[in-house]
Amino acid sequence: MASSVYLCLLRAVFLVCFVNPLIQGLSGDTNVIQNPHHQLEENLTGLPIVTFKWHHVQTPYLVIIWVFVAGLAKLSVVELNHHVTSVFPESGLLIIMGFILGGIVWGADRAQTFKLLPPTFFYYLLPQIILDASYFMPNKLFFSNLGAILIYAIFGTCWNAATVGLSLWGCYEAGAMGNLDIGLLQFLLFGSLIAAVDPVAVIAVFEEVHVNEVLFILVFGESLLNDGVTVVLYNVFDAFVALGGPRIDAAEIFKGIFSFVVVAFGGSFLGIGFAILLSLLTRCTKHIQIIEAGFVFVVGYLAYLTAEMLSLSAILSITFCGICCQKYVNANMDEKSVTTVRHAMKLLANGSETMIFLFLGVTAIDTEIWVWNTGFILLTLLFVFIYRIIGTFLFTWMLNKFRLVPIEVIDQVVMSYGGLRGAVAYGLAALLDEDKIPEKNLMISTTLIVVYFTVILQGITMKPLVQWLKVKRAAHSDLKLIEKLNNRAFDHILAAVEDICGRIGDNWWTRGWNRFEENYISWLLMKPKARKNRDYLFSIFHKLNLEDAINYVSEGERQGSLAFNRSDEAANVDFKKQFGSEFADVMPNIMVDMSTYELGIEHFSVTSTVKDTIPSVSLDIHGQDRKNAMDDINAHHLLQQHLYRSRKHHRHKYSRSHFSINQNEDEVQEIFQRTMRSRLESFKSAKMGVNPAKKITKHHKKELTHKHLTKHDLVFLVDSAVGSETGAINSTFMRDTYTVGAGIENPVFLPDMDSPSHSLPWLMETEAVAPSQRAQRRLPWTPNRLRRLAPMRISTCSTDSFLMADVSLTLEEHEEQSQTDHEEMCFFLSTFEVNRL
Amino acid sequence: MGSTSSTLLKIPNVEVLMQETGFSPAHIIRLHDRFKALDKKGRGHLCPQDFGAIKELAMNPIGDRIIGAFFSPGKETVDFHTFVKILAHFRPVDKNRPKEPNSPEPINSRSNKLRFAFQLYDQDKDGKISRDELLKVLRAMLGMQVTEEQLESIADRTIQEADLDRDDAISFEEFRKVSPEILHSRCFIKAPVIMLMERDC
Repeated sequence: MASSVYLCLLRAVFLVCFVNPLIQGLSGDTNVIQNPHHQLEENLTGLPIVTFKWHHVQTPYLVIIWVFVAGLAKLSVVELNHHVTSVFPESGLLIIMGFILGGIVWGADRAQTFKLLPPTFFYYLLPQIILDASYFMPNKLFFSNLGAILIYAIFGTCWNAATVGLSLWGCYEAGAMGNLDIGLLQFLLFGSLIAAVDPVAVIAVFEEVHVNEVLFILVFGESLLNDGVTVVLYNVFDAFVALGGPRIDAAEIFKGIFSFVVVAFGGSFLGIGFAILLSLLTRCTKHIQIIEAGFVFVVGYLAYLTAEMLSLSAILSITFCGICCQKYVNANMDEKSVTTVRHAMKLLANGSETMIFLFLGVTAIDTEIWVWNTGFILLTLLFVFIYRIIGTFLFTWMLNKFRLVPIEVIDQVVMSYGGLRGAVAYGLAALLDEDKIPEKNLMISTTLIVVYFTVILQGITMKPLVQWLKVKRAAHSDLKLIEKLNNRAFDHILAAVEDICGRIGDNWWTRGWNRFEENYISWLLMKPKARKNRDYLFSIFHKLNLEDAINYVSEGERQGSLAFNRSDEAANVDFKKQFGSEFADVMPNIMVDMSTYELGIEHFSVTSTVKDTIPSVSLDIHGQDRKNAMDDINAHHLLQQHLYRSRKHHRHKYSRSHFSINQNEDEVQEIFQRTMRSRLESFKSAKMGVNPAKKITKHHKKELTHKHLTKHDLVFLVDSAVGSETGAINSTFMRDTYTVGAGIENPVFLPDMDSPSHSLPWLMETEAVAPSQRAQRRLPWTPNRLRRLAPMRISTCSTDSFLMADVSLTLEEHEEQSQTDHEEMCFFLSTFEVNRL
Repeated sequence: MGSTSSTLLKIPNVEVLMQETGFSPAHIIRLHDRFKALDKKGRGHLCPQDFGAIKELAMNPIGDRIIGAFFSPGKETVDFHTFVKILAHFRPVDKNRPKEPNSPEPINSRSNKLRFAFQLYDQDKDGKISRDELLKVLRAMLGMQVTEEQLESIADRTIQEADLDRDDAISFEEFRKVSPEILHSRCFIKAPVIMLMERDC
């Protein structure tokens, strides 16, 4: 704990030391920019080797420095003492960090050089946050609560704007604020900009609290949509203010309402249009997979800008673009692109969220904007708080008359308390025209105070409040197939019962929409291939299997199995997944075969395997992992002995459009040959009863290994398909077998037999070698590739004395052949049976 | 009001029925009207064909199972009493119902709701959902979208999840245990159908 405090201190010192001179440097240099040509001419006495061209890079440089600083700020905030972060929401801490940074800038410049300007905010920081929120919106939840969300977003916002504006005006008329130059319209304008709950702030706080999903979607959906509404409302009132009080008549008011509707719905429909465009586009990006992820961002941003250009609601446009396209885009695009989009989206959104909060703090450190009016500020805070509560309860009361599941009182309290204001309000306040609104600075400072108050104070108290009220938290449950199956069944049951009762209810509409969606919309917007495999239940199943596979691999890595170290080769991973637990003891032998025979599928990455060949085997690993922990240790030793550790065998070839790994053919062959050679040697030494050739038995220890190996009898039948596959490799192999000892001596082949902990599985109980009942039963489920290599017979181990008696007749026949003819033996060995005797 | 009581009078044992199911008189009348509408020939009972005539139900992937749930084994018909009792499964669980220790479990209790769902799977009524039974339901619900092999592995996995005693089948106890979330899910407990009906009345 103490160390983390020191760490933070250090970081703060670092920030001060590093950022301060930097900014001083920057501000000092701004003087130079005034007359850059001057300087250049002066210097042109000789050929300059290097020149200092600050003015060339000034703008991008400053931007990137701020991004960097924001990143550092986020880092230090997140890494801060856990006692602080558990109490303070991250957004609040970032604002405080912004105060500090702003203070530094102020100290250096005596003025606030860096501010959050509305265009920057609205064009570069906000869109990706909205896009992220809408793109990852839980659609089913959103649409099933759409009615409530719309009521809150539209009527709730109008209510807030009107009541706050009117109440402030009333108080002003009553003389609570002294002498201000504000009229009724300006108050309403201010009310409209302060009305909206901010999605950025809400997500930041509610994500940490984990309330139940209905509550979350209500607050979140509302905040997302009411941003759009508040901007529209703001524009309408802005126009009214510009028009001036006396010229507003009934017709103008009507036009205002009409324009409100047109702007809001027009923006939404525009967004849906862009969503369709995007979905259609991703249908045919199969061959440019590397950039298809970019389309999501480009089209999303285009939706935003187009709406802005047409003076429609840009926020609503990008919101609906994201919500509507997600399903089709995710189905159409390659899995890798989907991952890319997901990560890039989070990166952008999280980054700009950090920037926004930081700059909300930085902006505050400026004497120019601060105008204090106790009455105005405190009354605004009070009204914003009170009317949010009244509004929420009022609209919930109305909604509950229609909702099947009423919204509970506790949830209502949290909803009204979660009315956090944020950067959108500030952005709109900063957009105000000073000519028309003389008290602009008062409005900005009031907005800032409201933002700080809600984000920091309400943010801090939110968690204790939720705990104290015992709000139903999000039930964290493991994804279960049977549960999803039952839910699906219940949907059908309820629909059927509705039919029987002859009542058209919610289920009827949902089902009608689903059918329409399936038949027409999916047909239009989705790739035929994507349509096939998109059943919900199946995708759950798919996801579960993926999770298992990933768990399994990480489990293997944790246990340090050598096979997993080569996990970049999908063949091994694939194999381990299926067989690892059951055959841990006999596996290394199979493994070696696998790695030699199955090199053809090497270029599969894990994701592509997943996409193309959907695994049809489910794994039940948890129970078996424990059981097989011991076996795995054995496998580890075996692997160390037998797995040839090749040189680093994948080099990334640079390519803009491919990620393929360059596999060296020679190395593949070398691995194969070495493996086979070691087998051959052990085979010879055991069968011929003579000591292996001098070169091979350079080390005494190796002999020991062979002796142990002889006790193991494994027969593998390799079917003819593989045989022909390996035929080509074999020919080279046979040529090389006579140059025994050539090449590098791999220490892996000479294991240290003296180590006391070393216990080979075949030295242990014989039963350990045979697969468990369960494993045997499971065998037929394995994919084709593995079926080829299924062990046909795994005999019990024999001790040395029984060795000869145990050998089967067929084997002896083969042995005789092999003794007489090396070449034949090699061929037989590698193509049909691998015997260790 | 006069018509209400006269309709009620036509139904025998209406008091007992209301007692058992918890439906209000208005519900009973509504259901009775529906019953008569389904019973096109006016025989006073429904047979599977009457249910089959509902167009939407015919398109329901597990529609025939749901129809089957209305008929007790060996019977070809269902009378109004049974009809109402079956539908009573879908009444929301009443929170405020006075708890009498001696009274039988109401039809719309959670466990009865689950049992209703369970028997849709368990077609041979042996108290267990076998792999085959599960496969049939899956096939009906997933349809042509996945291959038979995939269906089988989904079924295997589903059983594996629920199967606690490793007999490769899901008993009702196991079914109940793996569905705690379902018990709380709104679509099941607060079955919207009857709620909507209640609002109409």
